[in-house]
Amino acid sequence: MDFTRRETLALGAGAVALTVLPFRVNAAAEDAIAAFTGGAAVADGGVNLTAPEIAENGNTVPISVSAEGATVIMLLAAGNPTPGVATYNFGELAGSASASTRIRLAGTQDVVAVAKMADGSFAQARSTVKVTIGGCGG
Amino acid sequence: MADGVKPRVKAPKSASAGEVVVLKTLISHNMESGQRKDKSGNPIPRSIINRFTCEFNGTSVIDVQMEPAISTNPYFEFEAKIPEGGNLKFTWYDDDGSVYEETKSIKVG
Repeated sequence: MDFTRRETLALGAGAVALTVLPFRVNAAAEDAIAAFTGGAAVADGGVNLTAPEIAENGNTVPISVSAEGATVIMLLAAGNPTPGVATYNFGELAGSASASTRIRLAGTQDVVAVAKMADGSFAQARSTVKVTIGGCGG
Repeated sequence: MADGVKPRVKAPKSASAGEVVVLKTLISHNMESGQRKDKSGNPIPRSIINRFTCEFNGTSVIDVQMEPAISTNPYFEFEAKIPEGGNLKFTWYDDDGSVYEETKSIKVG
């Protein structure tokens, strides 16, 4: 298998990003989750996060999230320059605690949804999205 | 980014009392993230819509706080419970202070 110069460079850059990114960005995402939950324990399950496995274009990645009984859902992209994506506050007349939108992802990373339930507990779901072309324009 | 912003909302014209309806909204907006650079390498300042709300007859349906990671032309799909006839009011708040509004009326019967 022969690599062109371009492919070799891309592979090298990818390898560097893989080793450096998770350590640096997860800290920011964890901080954001901690600020949202106030340090309370976050359970797994109870939140449905639908994200594509592979997104060709990081500029518009369709994401939908739902959590039965949630009052607030926070969406995070752990690998973006700023991890916050959106915070949904469901009002009295919300038909269900679910919403879909399109988000930007800088590269392959985990998307995290943290839901605050009506009883004050927290639950989360994660989904890894592979991004072919990043959406931050840098 | 106050010009060329056009909100679009898809909502049913009628519903039965207590029915849960699906609402789809789209607004044309650049959503400049503040991460990009122009040709001479200067960062392009952030200019996004930072909040979106939907109310039915003054009662909140959804209130979304938006970050730069929301795509260009922000799209939202969500559900609302319609207890009686009335108006759905959609509001988008821009970083520059502009407010974009759209209203849809729903009949019950």
